[in-house]
Amino acid sequence: MIIPEQPTETAPAAKGSSFLSVQDLKVSFATEDGIVRAVNGLSFDLEKGRTLGIVGESGSGKSVTNLTILGLHNPRTTTVEGQILLDGQELVTASDKELAKLRGSKMSMVFQDALAALSPYYTVGRQIAEPYMKHTGASKKEARDRAIEMLTKVGIPQPQTRVDDYPHQFSGGMRQRAMIAMALVNDPELLIADEPTTALDVTVQAQILDLLKDLQQETGTSIIFITHDLGVIANIADDVLVMYAGRCVERGTMAEVLDSSQHPYGWGLLRSIPHMNADVDKPLMPIPGTPPSLLNPPSGCAFHPRCEFRDKVGGDRCVTELPRLELANGHLSACHLTPQQKQDIFAQQIQPQLG
Amino acid sequence: MLRFLTRRVLGAIVILIAISFVTYSSFFALVPNPALLSCGKNCSPQMLHQITINLGFDKPWIVQWKDYVWGIFAGRDVTNFPHCNFPCFGYSYANQESIWGLISSSIPTTVSLAIGGAAIFLTIGVGLGMISAARQGSTTDRVSSAVSLIGQSTQIYFVGPIMILIFSYYLGIFDRGHDPDWTHDPIGSIGGLILPCFVMSIIFWSNYSRQVRSLMIEQLSEDHIRSARAKGMSKSYVFLRYALRGAMGPVITIFGIDLAAVFSGAVITEFTFSLHGLGRLAVDSVNSYDLPLEMAVVLVSSMLIVFFNILVDASYALIDPRIRLA
Repeated sequence: MIIPEQPTETAPAAKGSSFLSVQDLKVSFATEDGIVRAVNGLSFDLEKGRTLGIVGESGSGKSVTNLTILGLHNPRTTTVEGQILLDGQELVTASDKELAKLRGSKMSMVFQDALAALSPYYTVGRQIAEPYMKHTGASKKEARDRAIEMLTKVGIPQPQTRVDDYPHQFSGGMRQRAMIAMALVNDPELLIADEPTTALDVTVQAQILDLLKDLQQETGTSIIFITHDLGVIANIADDVLVMYAGRCVERGTMAEVLDSSQHPYGWGLLRSIPHMNADVDKPLMPIPGTPPSLLNPPSGCAFHPRCEFRDKVGGDRCVTELPRLELANGHLSACHLTPQQKQDIFAQQIQPQLG
Repeated sequence: MLRFLTRRVLGAIVILIAISFVTYSSFFALVPNPALLSCGKNCSPQMLHQITINLGFDKPWIVQWKDYVWGIFAGRDVTNFPHCNFPCFGYSYANQESIWGLISSSIPTTVSLAIGGAAIFLTIGVGLGMISAARQGSTTDRVSSAVSLIGQSTQIYFVGPIMILIFSYYLGIFDRGHDPDWTHDPIGSIGGLILPCFVMSIIFWSNYSRQVRSLMIEQLSEDHIRSARAKGMSKSYVFLRYALRGAMGPVITIFGIDLAAVFSGAVITEFTFSLHGLGRLAVDSVNSYDLPLEMAVVLVSSMLIVFFNILVDASYALIDPRIRLA
């Protein structure tokens, strides 16, 4: 297994001055089968009050990145390198005690499956109140009032009585709202939402997204929104980061990445979206192949085994050389195709196929 | 909750009636001539006839059973014996004593042994399991698993005498075990129970430690544990309040079963430490063909088992709100 140890990103990387700055983050797990490099040199910045959408297939390192920011990875089996600066504070080297102080107060997380992510043994109110008491030293009574206030804020009807309900007595959408209330109870400056709408039906999904946007406007929270649903990204994100095999393959504003993707993987994602007004018998266009094993990632560009444009790059560079994240036609992408080629392919082959 | 309890108690009564019917019919109706057992060595036909009439064996056995069950609550008169008051299980064939008297005199020992032993095996078993889960895969984990497995593989009649030898004869720290007398000598009673309770608890450890270990590890990988950590709750808080709470359900179940078992008599422990509890009573009754005593011990034990089952089901509702009943 050859893993090129060359610098993975050179182009306008993190400046280190923004609110959250991740620089050259590398996360690997030791497993029985070998070392899994889940995140491999990831850099991004997030300014206050903005939303970064992270897109990628399962196993592309989205969730691992964010669990690492919170320090929730298993320290015994995980190696973390690089730098994570939250408001100037280094998180990679911080002790678990320091991180525990930040978790739930300065940064917090909303998980995908709210039924599993809320404890079945305690009332919703208590679970919301817990981090409030812990981080502010409030009394039980104050924390309960705060929990009711938060439930009102996220739009739970009859919060005075609902506060004493257990998660299983809530509907799916209400549970997700309760979870958001729990994450926001201490007015965090960074909210990481890990596929918070994936398990919900579309109407509830839209409600939750609106709720997050409203709350963001109110409090100025920065949000990292992880999803594999490009529709959701289009709705909520300011910036988008596309991950593939533990690396960033494309980064730019939402409009840049979704409207004029400059990477074959991004094209594949865009083309795979079915369209409401397309013919019913028009076949779906999935990206061929499967996501690579991070235990033994492909050499060069990790996407090359699935890439249909790889013969356009001379000298087998896709197999031998890792593409750098470079500016091409307005935003960053990691691909050996020249900016001109990308432009042409997107305009001539991809765009006409998008509904 | 009240409706649930009422339903369970009514169900329990039906079960107990059924148990009494089956045991009564197998003990009395199937033994060719039970009166013979009460007649002694120099039994003449006249005596046998008299006993048969006195004990009601001349009646149809369904009537006998009805008289027996009814007598338990209402009391009954048996010829040549004083009136037998509630709870009346009749008189022993072997030594003509009131059976309830025999049972109630063995209760202090049995209950003390059961409560003491259960407290110890629950604490040590759950404790070992928690340590193992917290340090999964480490040497501590292996040592604690080994300790509980060795515990389960030992025998009370083997460990008991060794413990008596070490702690009672050599070191003189603990009494070698005797029946408690809580009214006259409470401190001495505790001293006499430490060794038996501890030794009895050893075989139960691994049951709990293995259960708790795997349940806790399973719980610790649950999403809600991660989200509790994401809220900033400390590791130990999450471990105790979230993971342990989730592991409690199955532990309560086996605890209920074990509790019923130790309450209905710990035969080997009682014999090893020369105690006089329900277990010894049961064995003695079998050895002396004392049918009414056997019958009573079976009934009392099954009552305890049914009772602890209800208790377990009720405590489930306390532990897991999802199965709280309307």
